[in-house]
Amino acid sequence: MNRRVTVIVDGRPLQVDVGTTVAAALWNAGVTAFRHSVTGEERAPLCGMGICFECRVTIDGVEHCRSCQTLCADGMQVKTS
Amino acid sequence: MRRWDVVVVGAGPAGIAAACGAAESGARVLVLDDNPAAGGQIWRNDAAQPWLERFAESGAELRTGCVATDTLPEARSYVLATGARELFVPFPGWTLPGAFGLGGMQALVKSGLEVAGKRVVVAGSGPLLLAVASLLRKRGAAVAAVVEQAGRTAMAEFGVRLLMEPEKLGQGAGLMMSLWGVPFYTGSWVESAMGRGRVERVRMRCGGRVVEQDCDAVAVGYGLLPNTELAALLGCHLAEGTVVVDEWQETSVDGVYAAGEVTGIGGVEKSLVEGEIAGLAAAGLQGQAQRLFAKRAKTHSFADGLARAFAPRAELRKLAQTDTLVCRCEDVTRGALEGMKSWREAKLQTRCGMGPCQGRVCGGATRFLFGWGADSMRPPVFPVKVESLIETRQS
Repeated sequence: MNRRVTVIVDGRPLQVDVGTTVAAALWNAGVTAFRHSVTGEERAPLCGMGICFECRVTIDGVEHCRSCQTLCADGMQVKTS
Repeated sequence: MRRWDVVVVGAGPAGIAAACGAAESGARVLVLDDNPAAGGQIWRNDAAQPWLERFAESGAELRTGCVATDTLPEARSYVLATGARELFVPFPGWTLPGAFGLGGMQALVKSGLEVAGKRVVVAGSGPLLLAVASLLRKRGAAVAAVVEQAGRTAMAEFGVRLLMEPEKLGQGAGLMMSLWGVPFYTGSWVESAMGRGRVERVRMRCGGRVVEQDCDAVAVGYGLLPNTELAALLGCHLAEGTVVVDEWQETSVDGVYAAGEVTGIGGVEKSLVEGEIAGLAAAGLQGQAQRLFAKRAKTHSFADGLARAFAPRAELRKLAQTDTLVCRCEDVTRGALEGMKSWREAKLQTRCGMGPCQGRVCGGATRFLFGWGADSMRPPVFPVKVESLIETRQS
């Protein structure tokens, strides 16, 4: 039943179920540094609902995308910082 | 001629109920939401939800993945159903990866985050604690502890109130049963989280004792705060952090209605009935709306009980240390904020609240810690690309 899509995370292909957000996919794949804060700390999602902006990554070349509000799509290119 | 009669912002329970109320009477309704799908947080990825089916058949048009900036599509009336976010109280280690919000963890798990076999500490306050702990267990997590800051007395008083609402009492009892065997601490809280590069352990204050617990993640949230930014920007009168509405759910601005958590935290039943009233009133069906007033009054009494039982305790203000970050966007410590007299001064002197979240996280935290409040709201409501702003001006 669960259809899978492939996203490319920092050059690495990753298969996930349709309906998975980029934030969930990254965390499941062991990513803990979604972005680096202004003083260089590693950060990962906090709010899960689009308000805290901690889960920002680059998606298909667009910087500062909230990975928790973005569904994985086939061929999507994701870059963490 | 305008394309829309009613524009609804937010597709959670309140927005969906409003859209159904208006659209089923023949109004042309547009619903905007920031999330990938309708349902809000409570019905995230819940395809079986009857309200979502009804919404799909209502004739209302839904646009997801939209952020409201400073302009809304032209309409005769608007319903703001922008929901709520969590109150985050800063504590040492809360910026480590693996320290999630409570509703945050719930939203992420519903979005595909896997927790099977992971040890999770669930902490904070309110009915959401049990709901999240239960969801995590269902998904295979080992819930290491449930840590409620409210004391046993407050909890008991709330339990007595529930006796008047057998359905909710049943829900609560069911949740407790699903958590059989999980340590449940009341009058307790997470003091700090520790780990190399991610959360590996938490320190909890349980009664008078300090308890340490190894874990893979911690979920902490101290209740909800209404998302009032858009209402404030439209000039709606606010009081005590909520949007003020009249009996028709209309705000102080003509033709702008508000419903759900944004008018006061009260849960899904309150959101639904307020949404229905707002949608009907916005479509000019006051007679039908009026028939729901008694139902609404009951949900407001439940909301008052919630607020009293789970008000965050004063001790939580001492969790953040001098070097604990309060503003996560601009990395501003508590120490840097001590001595500031207001939110405005803190912004000017330290950049607290000036990052991409625009104070959505540290604003609530500094209100709780220092009693500050934001004194103005400026567009755009969410950060957007300059080209998007230009497009909205040209269209």
